[in-house]
Amino acid sequence: MLSAKGIHKSYGSLQILKGVDLEVEKGEIISIVGASGAGKSTFLHILGSLDMPDNGSVLLNGTDLAKLSTNKLSAFRNEHIGFIFQFHHLLPEFTALENVCIPAFIAGKGRSESEKRAQYLLGLLGLSNRSHHKPSELSGGEQQRVSVARALMNSPSIVLADEPSGNLDSENANALHHLFVELRETLKQTFVIVTHNEHLAEISDRTVHMKDGLVI
Amino acid sequence: MDFYLAAILQALCFTPMCLGIYITLKVFNFPDITTDGSYTLGAVVCALGISNSLPLIVIVPVILISGALAGIATALIHTKLKVNALLSGILVMTALYSVNLSLMGRSNIPLLNRPTFFSFSIIPDTELNIFLITILIISILIVGLNYLLKSDFGLAMRATGNNELMIRSLGVNTASIKIIGLAITNSLVAFSGALVAQFQGFTDINMGIGIVISGLGAVMIAETVIRLFRIESMVLNLCCIIIGVCLFQLVLAFTLSIGIDANLLKLLTSCFVLFIVALPNSKWFKFLNVK
Repeated sequence: MLSAKGIHKSYGSLQILKGVDLEVEKGEIISIVGASGAGKSTFLHILGSLDMPDNGSVLLNGTDLAKLSTNKLSAFRNEHIGFIFQFHHLLPEFTALENVCIPAFIAGKGRSESEKRAQYLLGLLGLSNRSHHKPSELSGGEQQRVSVARALMNSPSIVLADEPSGNLDSENANALHHLFVELRETLKQTFVIVTHNEHLAEISDRTVHMKDGLVI
Repeated sequence: MDFYLAAILQALCFTPMCLGIYITLKVFNFPDITTDGSYTLGAVVCALGISNSLPLIVIVPVILISGALAGIATALIHTKLKVNALLSGILVMTALYSVNLSLMGRSNIPLLNRPTFFSFSIIPDTELNIFLITILIISILIVGLNYLLKSDFGLAMRATGNNELMIRSLGVNTASIKIIGLAITNSLVAFSGALVAQFQGFTDINMGIGIVISGLGAVMIAETVIRLFRIESMVLNLCCIIIGVCLFQLVLAFTLSIGIDANLLKLLTSCFVLFIVALPNSKWFKFLNVK
């Protein structure tokens, strides 16, 4: 479903990615590991169309991301890709429910339909009783689970996660890792996860090692 | 007393500009310096329209469009040419000085004895009439902006200011948000310039110089009030801008009334803004806020 071929990326004279290939099948959980500076996050951003490669192509569900206009790419991202970051990036003035609804509102979906789906996802992630709480009233683990619900809101083809448990204690991190596996089982969700966490890498279907801008 | 009433009336004319600055700076986190130019542009367009006897129903949309174009120019320079936000605004502001001067053909256009917004008579008392008209205009603007900021577009705008990478990842074209956002806010600024020109009875090429500092000061006072009383409602946040701009103008009026040299006004304005900016971080403020 996702195919990245020959991805090159440089910032000035600094070559970050030197020809990275990756194939992802539906329902797979793939961990990308490697030392800091290996190019993992840059690669993930390119997979998610947040950044464009200097050379190479990314195809998601047969669509070449480089061939989409800025507006079409934004709409494609909204519909097909979910993101989870190291920091939850929830909007502080909105409740958990409202934060989860944001991708649906951006897609132009109605409020009642969006809230119904958001409530379902919050329930699935064990946050039913926290839906009307603001981010500041939630624990770190709960905040990150809300951001997972937000990433799943539009039923994306793939969820890209950049160090999702990097800001959590080991207990919450392990719970989040098992949540990814559960979501794969229940929703057939595909995940590509950049991580330093060995436990997360172990429970993944496949681990991709990166070093100096290359897959090794 | 009339002196302070005039300060409040002027503050109310400044309010649309301060609403614009509040939205750019606090809602979508864009430091827009175009304000100095678009404020004068609004006043210039208004003066040209009025002096050419155009009806206000024609003049108002032209003022709003002129401000929007200035905002769009800044946004395009920033988003398409990847120029720093601050520098983009400075470039457009500088260019607008020449545009404004060319449009006016001279440095000052008087508007005395011409029909303006304030010619509509709700009540006989002139100053109270101006007060009611400006309050009516501001109420319409606040209701409209509150609706906008609660809409899906407003949500995207607020999220862009909070975390651009996150909102891009959710599928928002943040460049478009900035272009539309700056168009709206600079329309407000231009409209404010037009109101002030009509209130004071003339348009001057230098009337916008340093105006962004006055707007910033008012927004900072409003921000301090918002934080002090922990106001979360968007409509109340917008209403706090009126409090901020009135307090700011009253302080300046008081400064002049006690006989301080008018040449020092800009220096005092800067010092006052500095005081307001520093206030939220003071121990005294934190004590009040915690209690």
